Amino acid sequence: MKLDEFLPSPAATLKHSGPHDRIMLSSRVRLARNLRGLPFPGWAKKPERVKALELIRPAVESLPAMAGAFSGSMDDLTSLDRQILVERHLISREHAARSGGSGLVLNPDLSLCVMINEEDHLRMQALRHGLQLRAAWQAIDQLDSALERKLDYAFSRELGYLTACPTNVGTGIRVSAMLHLPALVLDEQINQIITAVNKLGLAVRGLYGEGTEALGNVFQVSNQMTLGETETDILERLHKVLAQLIEHEENARGRLLEKKAKMVYNHVGRAYGILANAHSISSKETMNLLSLLRLGVDLGCFPNVDRTLAEELFMTTQPAHLQKGFVEKLSADQRDLLRADMLRERLLQVGRPVTPPPAPDKPSAN
Amino acid sequence: MLCDICKKNVAKVHLTQMDKGETKKIDLCEECAKVKGIDDPTSFSLADLLLGLGAAQEMEQGAAGAGLRCPACGFTQAEFKKTGRLGCADCYRTFAEGLEGLLKSMHKGTRHVGKAPQAQHFSPDLEGQLKALQRSLEKAVADEDFEQAAVLRDQIKRLREPSREPSAP
Repeated sequence: MKLDEFLPSPAATLKHSGPHDRIMLSSRVRLARNLRGLPFPGWAKKPERVKALELIRPAVESLPAMAGAFSGSMDDLTSLDRQILVERHLISREHAARSGGSGLVLNPDLSLCVMINEEDHLRMQALRHGLQLRAAWQAIDQLDSALERKLDYAFSRELGYLTACPTNVGTGIRVSAMLHLPALVLDEQINQIITAVNKLGLAVRGLYGEGTEALGNVFQVSNQMTLGETETDILERLHKVLAQLIEHEENARGRLLEKKAKMVYNHVGRAYGILANAHSISSKETMNLLSLLRLGVDLGCFPNVDRTLAEELFMTTQPAHLQKGFVEKLSADQRDLLRADMLRERLLQVGRPVTPPPAPDKPSAN
Repeated sequence: MLCDICKKNVAKVHLTQMDKGETKKIDLCEECAKVKGIDDPTSFSLADLLLGLGAAQEMEQGAAGAGLRCPACGFTQAEFKKTGRLGCADCYRTFAEGLEGLLKSMHKGTRHVGKAPQAQHFSPDLEGQLKALQRSLEKAVADEDFEQAAVLRDQIKRLREPSREPSAP
C-alpha cells in the first residue's frame, strides 16, 4: 500500500480531542528496545541490520494492536513520504535519513508507531491527543509486553533494557508532551520556566525534538533520566510538571488580558491580517503567526472557528505537505507563494477577529 | 580570566554546559583547548557533547583505557568518543568500569528498577546481587565515597526486605 493512501488527512487526525488540548497538543511515550546478540543499528553492518529488520517487522505486524497497519522498509518510501512523516511527528528526522535495513510499522489511527533500526533496533511509541500520558504508557506497555513474547530483548538485571546510547539505558522510556505556550512567551516568563523545568531533570526542546527551535511557541517537555526510576515514577513526575505548566499558561493568559489586552489583540489581529492577506510567506513566519491565531481562537476572538484549524494549517503549510501533489521539486520561493495562496483561501471563511471577544460563558460574567 | 586547566594563560575558549539546570562554564587557553581537541569543532568529541563534558575522558580512565575493544562486536573506546553510542549490548559489560561514573552522573540511580521482560523475569539472583553490592559498598567505604556507600547500603537493605520489592505494574 502506498503511504499516501494510508495516511489519514491532518484534519481527520486532529478531529480527536483530549483533556487540556487547549494547551497540551499531544502526549507521547516512547520505548527503546534492542535484540540480544545483534549489534546496535549504528554499529551493525548492513546484513545485520537487515537481519534485525527481518526478525522484528513480522513480529510487530502480527500483533493484534497493529491490525491493518502500514508496514514498510524505509527504502520503499520516497524522500517526500519520509519528510511528510517527520512533519506529522510520526518518525524522527534521524529515522527519515536512514535507509538500508530500517523500517516502519504504523497503525491505522497513527496512535502506535514502531521505528525499526533507528538508533536502537526498536523505537516504539504511543501517541495521544491532549494530556494523556497514562493512556499512552498503557498502550505502549501492552505493545511491548506482546512483543517481548516474540523477540529476545537485550536486558540486564542490573542495567535494564540495554540501549545504544547510555542516556536511554534502564527503562528505555521517553515520556514527552507538546505544549502550546504563547502567553508565557508573550509575558516573557518562558525562560524562567524552562530553567525551572530543567532543574527537575526534564528537557525542554523545540517543535521537532532535539536541537530544534521552539517554532510557533510549541515546546516539547520530556524526561531525561531513564535508570534508577520506574516508568510510573517518571511518568507521574512529568504529569505533575505538565499540569503546572498548563496552569501557568492559563494564568499568563488571564493576566495578559487583564493588564495588556491591547498588546494581545494587536498580536492576534496582525497575525490574522498577514495570514489572510499575504501573497508570500515563509514556513517559520507562518508557524509563529498561526500560534497567535490559535491563541486568538482560545481567547474567543474567532467565535466560529475551531482550534484545530490552526493546528491543521500548522501541518499542511510545512514544506513536504505543500510539495505533495507536485511532480517537480518546488523551490523555497515557490512554496512561499503556494503557502500564502493556501492560507488566504482557508482564512477566507474565518471572519476578522472580534476584539475584545464577546463575554465568554464564564460563571463570573452573569 | 585564566585558563581553568593550566591556570597560567589567558582563557580564549569559553564553553558553557547545562547540567541538570546548572550552568557550568569552562574557560580554556588556546593551547589547553587544542590539547583537549576543542579548538577544532569538527573533532570535538560528540560523546562529550551528548553526554556532558568529560564523558569520553571518564571512559578512558577505565581500567584498560582507550585500547579496550568489545569482544562481541569489536567496538572501541575511540568509537564511543566519536559517536557517544555503544556498539552492542555486551559493550555495557566490556566498558562497565568507564560507564559506571557516567551512568551515575546522568541518571537517578545505577540500578534498573522498572519493567522487566516476563520471560526473563525468573527469580532474581538475590545472592549474587547482594554479594556484588556488598563488594561495591566495601569499595565505596574504602574510597571514602560515603554518598555512594549510603546509596548502596539502601539498595542492600531493599533487597533483603522482600516486602519492599517493587511490585509489577
